[in-house]
Amino acid sequence: MYLESRRTAQGVELRLTGAWRVTHLAALARELAAVGLAGAGEVLIDTAGLTALDLSASVKLQDFVRRAVAAGARVTFKPAPPDQLHLIETAMAPPPPAPQAAVPGPHHIEEPVEALGRRVVGGWDDLLSGLAFVGRIAVTAGRALRAPRRLRPISIVRHVYETGITAIPIVTLIAFLISVIIAYMSAQQLARFGANVFVVDLVTIGVLRELGVLLTAIIVAGRSGSAFAAEIGSMYLNSEVDALQAIGVDPFEVLILPRVIGLTIALPLLTVIADATGLTGGALLCKYLLNIPLPQYLTRMNDSIATTTFWVGLVKAPVFGLLIGLAGTYRGMQVRGSSQELGRLTTVAVVQAIFVVLFADALFAVLFMALDI
Amino acid sequence: MTPRVQVQGLVNRFGAQVVHDGLDMCVEAGEIFGIVGGSGAGKSVLLRSILGLQRPVAGTVRLNGEDVTQMTQREMRTVKANYGVTFQEGALFGGLTVLQNVQLPMIEYLQLAAADLDELAMLKVRMVGLPADAGAKYPAQLSGGMIKRAALARALALDPELLFLDEPTAGLDPISAAAFDELLLYLHQHLHLTVVMITHDLDTIFRTCNRVGVIVDRKMVSDTLTGIMDNPHPWIQAYFHGERARGYQARAGGAHGA
Repeated sequence: MYLESRRTAQGVELRLTGAWRVTHLAALARELAAVGLAGAGEVLIDTAGLTALDLSASVKLQDFVRRAVAAGARVTFKPAPPDQLHLIETAMAPPPPAPQAAVPGPHHIEEPVEALGRRVVGGWDDLLSGLAFVGRIAVTAGRALRAPRRLRPISIVRHVYETGITAIPIVTLIAFLISVIIAYMSAQQLARFGANVFVVDLVTIGVLRELGVLLTAIIVAGRSGSAFAAEIGSMYLNSEVDALQAIGVDPFEVLILPRVIGLTIALPLLTVIADATGLTGGALLCKYLLNIPLPQYLTRMNDSIATTTFWVGLVKAPVFGLLIGLAGTYRGMQVRGSSQELGRLTTVAVVQAIFVVLFADALFAVLFMALDI
Repeated sequence: MTPRVQVQGLVNRFGAQVVHDGLDMCVEAGEIFGIVGGSGAGKSVLLRSILGLQRPVAGTVRLNGEDVTQMTQREMRTVKANYGVTFQEGALFGGLTVLQNVQLPMIEYLQLAAADLDELAMLKVRMVGLPADAGAKYPAQLSGGMIKRAALARALALDPELLFLDEPTAGLDPISAAAFDELLLYLHQHLHLTVVMITHDLDTIFRTCNRVGVIVDRKMVSDTLTGIMDNPHPWIQAYFHGERARGYQARAGGAHGA
């Protein structure tokens, strides 16, 4: 019970009691709504019994006063109207314009077409700004090559360390495991033809041409592509990039270029390690499970590869590194406003990095086929 | 009547560095209490201890007579519904609009109908002097002064009787800062608030505070405004009688006698 209402000769007298707080807003509103105002000329509200009246509860009281006034009653407070009512009056005057709720219009046939159009235009704009980004990096790189101090060698080395050296354990582990799995799976199939020894060809060519570099690129895209986007994105959120520009330092030169160059150097190095570990994994499996001794494995390996096999895999690595670096830094630079954007664009960076790597790999495959290597 | 905030013998230490060593502080209902101290004096640590965000090494912190240092997470929830806080940079949630920021504590603590939720949140937004269309904006679209006001609106979402403000006027131009001071006084008067604020703004201190607590030598010296200005401690003397404060002597000294 938050109020007692009493009919008097003049109208209605309300005695408010207890603590009127937002926590019991629904009950308060219910009790106020139950007060009958029919034919009441005067409404007297006695607030002396209140132990607390917060702003939200005052809103309900205000609603009641409005209802009483609309019903033609004269409202008086005893001892005095609460301060909160005055505050509500002032705050809400002039009354806020009715919120123009974005009324979803009737569904038109144009809508899907319009959505498609927007996507196409948005995609085109994205492509153009991506090209502008690549162009700006090229210009920055050109300038840096003329004045090597601007290449920030220390920063590049740091990024080679962070994206390359620290990734060695995980790259080694995954290259080892994948080559073991490939060797094992193929051995099961080839054993049926008594062609066990071809496992060596399969592992060697597979690892050197495709798997070594591709796995490394995918791991690095997940590790460093996301890190680039998050680092640069949070620097944008903290206005650190603005600060750099205000000092007169080109963010492309100190933030983007060292990362992209660092990754372009690191990925081939990692690929060599992945290749070596992959071949080791294959050799170990052949020795212990297929009983192909190591000398035989090595001879077979030598026979199976051409001089180009290793280089065909390795030449892709710097390209992949460049693409991952570009995707990560580009999306990082688009972060504006909120931490939600940071998360979204970091995800986009990784997904797109992996996509462009696979796409480029497909192009390489076509190219090598045309060159017949 | 029990004090709204009572800190006794507070000790905070990080490794070998002692931040507070037996700090006492008391804020009565209806006061506007200003906390002052040099950079690194432990103002924010004190605030975090009072809010229950950080457990002190020793000492008690009572909010409305209840010791928050010994409370479980569940008990803290009730206490936290009874105070509002604004942080230095606003700390508005960047992914939510201003209106949604204000509604977040309401949704968390109260069962309200959607219409009530919108009406009450809009009232809070308008009450702190923001235009109605600010409700639909994201924090990144607001100016510094509007962020401070929006943060105040969120702090008042649950109609608390106790309000903590961390540097409410830092980073505002003098006119916006003065407007914020007036807003605070206005809300204090109409909502019967008790306010504890960390501030470096001498204008704000002289305009709004009833009492001031200065953290010096890891303890707190608190007094009325005139009392604290007569305190012989060299840091307090330098703070209130330094070059930047000199102008207030003539202007404010008499007007804020009590």
